[in-house]
Amino acid sequence: MSRQSAGTAFAALLRRDFLLAYRRRAELLQPLVFLLVVTTLFPLGVGPSPQLLANIAPGVIWISALLATVLSLDSLFRSDYEDGTLEQMVLSGQSLALIALSRTVAHWLVAGLPIVLLSPLLALWMNLPEEGMSILIKSLVIGTPVLSLIGAIGGALTVSLKRGGQLLSLLVFPLYVPLLILATSAVSSSVAGLPYTGQLGLMFAGLIAALTLAPFATAAALKLSLS
Amino acid sequence: MLSISDLCFERYFERVFEPVSFDLSAGSLLLVTGSNGCGKTTLLRLLAGLLEASEGEIHSREHPLYAGHNPAIKDDLSVEENIRFWMKFMGTRETNTGTELCQQVIEEIGLTPVALQEGRTLSAGQRKRCSLARLLFCDEALWLLDEPYSNLDREGIVMLDRILKTHLDAGGACIMTTHGSLRPEGFELQECHLISGREKYSGTAA
Amino acid sequence: MNRLYLFFHKTGSPPWFYRFSGYLIPWLWVTFVVLTAIGLYLGLVRAPADYQQGESVRIMYLHVPAAWMSMMIYGLMAVWGFIALVWRIRIMEVLIISSAPVGAAFTIIALITGSLWGRPTWGTYWVWDARLTSELVLLFLYFGVIALYNAFDEPRKAARAASLMAIVGAINLPIIHYSVLWWNTLHQGSSIGSSGSSIHPSMLWPLLIMAIACKFFYGANLLSRSRLRLLRQDHRKRWVQELLSEES
Repeated sequence: MSRQSAGTAFAALLRRDFLLAYRRRAELLQPLVFLLVVTTLFPLGVGPSPQLLANIAPGVIWISALLATVLSLDSLFRSDYEDGTLEQMVLSGQSLALIALSRTVAHWLVAGLPIVLLSPLLALWMNLPEEGMSILIKSLVIGTPVLSLIGAIGGALTVSLKRGGQLLSLLVFPLYVPLLILATSAVSSSVAGLPYTGQLGLMFAGLIAALTLAPFATAAALKLSLS
Repeated sequence: MLSISDLCFERYFERVFEPVSFDLSAGSLLLVTGSNGCGKTTLLRLLAGLLEASEGEIHSREHPLYAGHNPAIKDDLSVEENIRFWMKFMGTRETNTGTELCQQVIEEIGLTPVALQEGRTLSAGQRKRCSLARLLFCDEALWLLDEPYSNLDREGIVMLDRILKTHLDAGGACIMTTHGSLRPEGFELQECHLISGREKYSGTAA
Repeated sequence: MNRLYLFFHKTGSPPWFYRFSGYLIPWLWVTFVVLTAIGLYLGLVRAPADYQQGESVRIMYLHVPAAWMSMMIYGLMAVWGFIALVWRIRIMEVLIISSAPVGAAFTIIALITGSLWGRPTWGTYWVWDARLTSELVLLFLYFGVIALYNAFDEPRKAARAASLMAIVGAINLPIIHYSVLWWNTLHQGSSIGSSGSSIHPSMLWPLLIMAIACKFFYGANLLSRSRLRLLRQDHRKRWVQELLSEES
């Protein structure tokens, strides 16, 4: 029996995901525009005082990033579930955790990375002091993959439900709490001239843990959703 | 090749169908029949490994190929891209996974004229043909086909019968479901008639 | 051997569980009532009032056990869930989903008593105190598990999804707890509460007795509700029919 090597299958899946993302590129913009709109609402809601905005900037940017990520998570496995691709993948004999990881990597590249790239603009809008800029970007680089990895578990658990979107946010937001705390405190600390490497280190540890554990939980959730 | 004994599956704490047992040897075709909702698809999904049996056992050394109701075709990819993705992802029986094999497969399922069209433009019958392409490049010996004839035109049915014949002659085996109107012709076949669990229940209660 | 094992777990288990829990439940309830009576008497009557917080400290005898229970039950749900997913034991699926509302109720009790205690102590019902905040996040985790269970139609699939969510949540729970503690010290300097100070035995005993009483409550409540759920799920199965004909 000639089972395809895991590497080739992984590459084929990633390639397909990029092709699909490219064909549907207009949809990719939605979470990003959402990110910009939500961030804009904060100065409108709390007032344009530069000092106030600078104080809440790390939190606002990170919360907007959480919301934008969750918005794009619902579709992570949905179309593959609905057209039967997912069941074929599960039955293909390839490691389901690897399939989950591949989908998550693709999700981060098309949904997480653009958030990182947009963050300087958001920082500018929110009047974040310059010292905080590089740490904000670093925290997003380490943190957004964790958002995708943990979110994928929620996406997989709710994929067989008709309206999984709201439930998905209820499931994953509590899990995002530690990340939010660490990331915003790292940025605030750097602005205040305090050490921040501890927070970034813990976030990195979280990334490693999520990278090793989350794909297995996602795989179990996918298997369950198909049953 | 495959042997199941007293297999049954519960949903909502009721049997979907009454326990089934059968043996399937190489080169044979098993037809699963029964009325709508008696659990034909459930049985196939059990055999494929998507569901776990509530009772009974499945003995099989084969990794089966399952073709269900959902064609696993991406709307945004062309027929050729779809098939090539599955060839890369699942592997093919030949070492060569290039364009040549892909073209050959598309020709065999009769989709050459629409090879470059996107999945969303295909008709139901064309989708069915496209999903059957897997039968041509995968080398699994056991096929599980769920209503393979649905939506196919006369030519398509002939095509499927031809593919099936080749497979069985080469020592493969196949289990297919049908609700009765369309049956494979010119094959020696076993039949397994499923009885809905609910039917049985209401029968004894009355 | 394996067949026997499977047979035992898949078909033998619910009636056995039903019978066994039937013997256990009255004892659990009785122990709970006795312990609660002793605990409340010691806590509300015998124990001294705190020299700083006065009489309001007595709410601790309910608050602290409830907070402990809320964490413990979530942890247990992860254990039940793990067993349910790995060995597919149906009783465990029933246990996990019967645990969730009890756990959520304890969390809500901890939150309400916490803010009632906060009113005289802090002068406001709600402060983003570390313990209250992490209890609140825990409540959301409970809601997640319950909502996920209710979103599925098929009860066994629903229970397995809830199990998985409980395991994921339980792995995160300590991380959430410690990050919230750390977040609190970061923003408030030092947290108000009984941290560090050693507790006098006259206050410790009622606290411990109440904590144990809560565990008996959980056991009794869990078994009673699991029994009921099993009966409802299996109402067409033979063992329930036989049970009904025995009793009538």
